[in-house]
Amino acid sequence: MSPALPAVEGRAVQATGAGALPAAPRLRRSPWETRALRSTLLTAGAWLAAIVASVPLFSVLYMLIVRGGSRLSWEVLVELPPAGFEMGGGFGNAIVGTLVMVGLGALISVPVGIAGAVFLAELGPNSSLAAAVRFAAKTLTGLPSILAGVFAYASVVLVTGTYSAPAGAVALAVLMVPTVLLTAEEAMKMVPRITKDAAYGLGCTRSQVIWKIVLPTAMPGILTGVMLAVARAAGETAPLLFTALFSSYWLVEHGAVGLMRPTASLAVLIYNFAGMPFENQIELAWAASLVLVMIVLFINIASRLLGRRRA
Amino acid sequence: MINQVATNGHATSNQNGIVIDCKLKQVYYGDFLAVRDSDVPIEKGKITGFIGPSGCGKSTVLRSLNRMNDLIRGFRFEGHVHFHGQDVYARNIDPVVLRRYIGMVFQQPNPFQMSIFDNVAFGLRLNRFRGKVGERVEQALTRAALWDEVKDKLKNNGLSLSGGQQQRLCIARAIATEPSVLLMDEPCSALDPIATRRIEELMIQLKQNYTIAIVTHNMQQAMRVADTTAFFSVEMSKGGRTGYLVEMGPTQQIFENPQQKLTKDYISGQFS
Repeated sequence: MSPALPAVEGRAVQATGAGALPAAPRLRRSPWETRALRSTLLTAGAWLAAIVASVPLFSVLYMLIVRGGSRLSWEVLVELPPAGFEMGGGFGNAIVGTLVMVGLGALISVPVGIAGAVFLAELGPNSSLAAAVRFAAKTLTGLPSILAGVFAYASVVLVTGTYSAPAGAVALAVLMVPTVLLTAEEAMKMVPRITKDAAYGLGCTRSQVIWKIVLPTAMPGILTGVMLAVARAAGETAPLLFTALFSSYWLVEHGAVGLMRPTASLAVLIYNFAGMPFENQIELAWAASLVLVMIVLFINIASRLLGRRRA
Repeated sequence: MINQVATNGHATSNQNGIVIDCKLKQVYYGDFLAVRDSDVPIEKGKITGFIGPSGCGKSTVLRSLNRMNDLIRGFRFEGHVHFHGQDVYARNIDPVVLRRYIGMVFQQPNPFQMSIFDNVAFGLRLNRFRGKVGERVEQALTRAALWDEVKDKLKNNGLSLSGGQQQRLCIARAIATEPSVLLMDEPCSALDPIATRRIEELMIQLKQNYTIAIVTHNMQQAMRVADTTAFFSVEMSKGGRTGYLVEMGPTQQIFENPQQKLTKDYISGQFS
């Protein structure tokens, strides 16, 4: 009995020392206590920062809807851009040009990106080639977009001798490939090991596992990456400035598709018209901005829905 | 000529009803000796249970039988596994074809992200099955004791089922292509006791048509379902822990009259 007692007493003495909890707890809130005050201030600060961060987005949206919305009509969506002092007009050719170039860009970047991701995720995930490709792709995601334009200018415009939609598409594809590649790799890595084991256990070859199991299972994630890349490319101006240039005419004229010539895009039209001294063109630039933002928003929402399905 | 001898050897072993004759000498993962000296013959139409403590290599041995371990980097198998007179580790053997004859059910239920029907039909389509797929799917689901529960929702996603149903779906998927052997790697460890009981009843039914080898942590499960039991143990060796077969025999003998002290200690719960 006596050997155990001193230890218990020692602990009891320690417990009544400084910093110990009072015997009768006082549980009421005391908002003016230092740590409660600090917590309140920090919470308020975080709220404020969140609001400040969203101000630009909402102010831009507000201005676009007010100034662009007033000019938005069926006419601006289907007509050609007006010349200097002309009234009316629209940017139908720029919508078509943007869709064509982004579509062509996706046509180039999606197969390359997904096939590359299959290599990174399934075929040689630990190879030194995979490490190099991952590093290159991560570097490319931060590439200033104008450099993608320089690349396409050197490799397509100089070679073909003309500004063109394919040149713009190549520039956009350079920007899209890393996003598609990295998100598709992530999506494929999320396919559980046990699911792939099941397929191998049934007698699948490696390519059957990839085609029948890995790609279908990862498809929502892959599509999300593709959509994000497309949304980014749709809004790019710099890569198109000296690859697709601009045009005041339709891509299709007299029933013939003329891809190999300067091509209009919404982003470049906004850039050109916003700097003009004519009220009509400035109004059209606002309307075109609204249309472009709506296209990007639509693609983003679509990617969310695709990503959520079956998940 | 060599093949001839192997075939003859198989013919004699076939009379004893050995469908897979595994003579494992050494299995390595990289430099690490994972399993050594384990001769595990799998008898036709019987359930062979693999028991033993964690890390004793029972799963490694099971997965060596259909070369599933080939997917693990650094895996190396020394010895041989005879299946229908052919060494499955011979250089001219395609493991992909082998796995169509030796099916597998895994620890975690792992249905594919597709409908119940498509899950079961997956292996049939893989083999370009030319019969009535629907009939075979129904037959497999019936044998897996799942048909009555899913017959009205074959188009639902396989992952919408409960854990026990998912595991029976995986069994249906594995038996739809009529493999001759079914390997089960702790098929009940992720299931509750009721689902476990159903899977065990199912295994005993399946015995009529298939040869089964099952790894289990649960000694009661081995006693309930296995005809033959193999007890593995593990010993410290240089570079890690190496598993090996201690003894193998009729389940009743292993549990009531084990020949080795290690086995006796393990089944009576006195292992260190």
